[in-house]
Amino acid sequence: MEYELYPLGEDAVLIELGKEINLETHHWVQMITGLLEDNPPEWMIEYIPAFTTITIFYDPFKIIKAFKSNQLPYTYVCQQINFLFEQFNFDKSTQQRLVEIPVCYGGELGPDLDIVASVNQLTPEEVIQIHTSGDYIVYMIGFAPGFPYIGGMSEKIATPRKESPRLKIPERSVGIAGMQTGIYPIETPGGWQLIGRTPIRLFTPEANPPSLLRAGDKIKFTAISFEEYQALEKRIG
Amino acid sequence: MIIVKKAGLLTSIQDLGRRGFQKYGVIVSGAMDRLAHRVANLLVGNEEDLPTIEITLLGPTIEFKQDCLIAICGGDLSATINGKPIGLWRPILVKANSELKFGACKTGCRVYLAVAGGFTVPTVMNSKSTYLRAGIGGYEGRPLRTGDQLSVGKTGELSNRIMNQLSRFFTEDIVEEKWQVNPMRFFEMKRGQAIRVIKGRHFHLFSKESQHTFFQNDYTISNQSDRMGYRLKGKELILSEKEEMISEAVNFGTIQVPADGNPIILLADRQTTGGYPKIGQVASVDLSILAQAKPGDRIRFTEISFEKAQFLYLKRERKIHELKLGIYLKYS
Repeated sequence: MEYELYPLGEDAVLIELGKEINLETHHWVQMITGLLEDNPPEWMIEYIPAFTTITIFYDPFKIIKAFKSNQLPYTYVCQQINFLFEQFNFDKSTQQRLVEIPVCYGGELGPDLDIVASVNQLTPEEVIQIHTSGDYIVYMIGFAPGFPYIGGMSEKIATPRKESPRLKIPERSVGIAGMQTGIYPIETPGGWQLIGRTPIRLFTPEANPPSLLRAGDKIKFTAISFEEYQALEKRIG
Repeated sequence: MIIVKKAGLLTSIQDLGRRGFQKYGVIVSGAMDRLAHRVANLLVGNEEDLPTIEITLLGPTIEFKQDCLIAICGGDLSATINGKPIGLWRPILVKANSELKFGACKTGCRVYLAVAGGFTVPTVMNSKSTYLRAGIGGYEGRPLRTGDQLSVGKTGELSNRIMNQLSRFFTEDIVEEKWQVNPMRFFEMKRGQAIRVIKGRHFHLFSKESQHTFFQNDYTISNQSDRMGYRLKGKELILSEKEEMISEAVNFGTIQVPADGNPIILLADRQTTGGYPKIGQVASVDLSILAQAKPGDRIRFTEISFEKAQFLYLKRERKIHELKLGIYLKYS
């Protein structure tokens, strides 16, 4: 594994594991996430995994007090990271969760399904068939609470964003923007083409963890009817 | 209990932020001027991370329904209690039914009101900060409004000792402690001095001219600035080659440059990750000064090494630690 360390302000170190988005780099990010979850270093406040990086936040003053070291806290943290990575057996495969996300496609919940179909010269049914048969992976959570950056969508249904963004996209909307597909956990403005909606909540502030998805999860979309959608939505509340 | 008689422009409950949930896309939030927030808490005998009320530009009117030990730190918004001007950066004992008001903005733009015992609001994901955009935390996930009632938490031993000492003079409706913290002791800079910035990890991707511009030219804080970030206007900054950036973590004070070339300084309500090149990172010790800058203000950047910035960070923390000890000893 090759990596480089960079300071991100006085209280964070960014670990760069690659220069482009791919599954191999994602795998390294996941293994380090696992390492930090299982053996959180005393000096760590929290971490943020992303496509090619993982950033660790720390408390420089606590490090100085606890370890009475004369070196800069950043130097100390870098040494600790190097040491952790040397000790860690990176061969073991990481556990991937598979999360199924039921989606009611088209209709008023997915007003842009026909646009996605016509842009790609497909029928709406074909769009649904392609969208539900992909192998998706959550590369990272960001942009909004619980918002997954999902990789793995077929080019066959890629569709440019709307020219003028909607002021309000309802929460739990499933959309397509360019080569990406995504789900909006909370109501926000946005330019995505909306193809459906899920009854499942992606972000629940009272729950621990508050986000349904986490980086590294595999996703399977399944098509449900409007009646099933309503029943599930009612049950989830 | 306290009652909000008039809400002010943007008045919200904040603490030192929501940590541990950024991996789920949950932003940190918390006080914009963390130093003022921390000192305000220390002055009333609280732990540094208890929630305070963050007040912005146009202050609220607040009525105290019980005797309270308070401190007001940060910018100078001409605070008065029952019509009498009061001092900042010091403990003040206030009698029940007193009214706190704010007036003209003299310096800065954000004020922190701490009350001994803190404000009682639910803890959401380890914090009482208001996450405005998601409607989470603080007081019902929103800014304070006229008519809101906030209860005050149980005061600790140190707060009680400060109150006891001040209450010996409690013949008037307010008792101000004679001493005050001089906020300037925490700053290593003079008024009007440039904001110190560590080069960001994408600094070298900018054209030679833009690299020069960044540390030479003035920038104006635009009107589209809020708790999330300050959008700056000035000479545009361009990359020497067009680069496709990959989203990665950002921090309080990260300066990123979107395609339009106008830098944005990310602040308390920043998103957890960003996909624009990072030209710089504001030194932590200068973030308070930045948090007190308002739209229309002009700022300039000057380079500081990362090592020096972290050294100054530690020096600042030691000073806060000394203040904490000093207050403890003074009232023991």
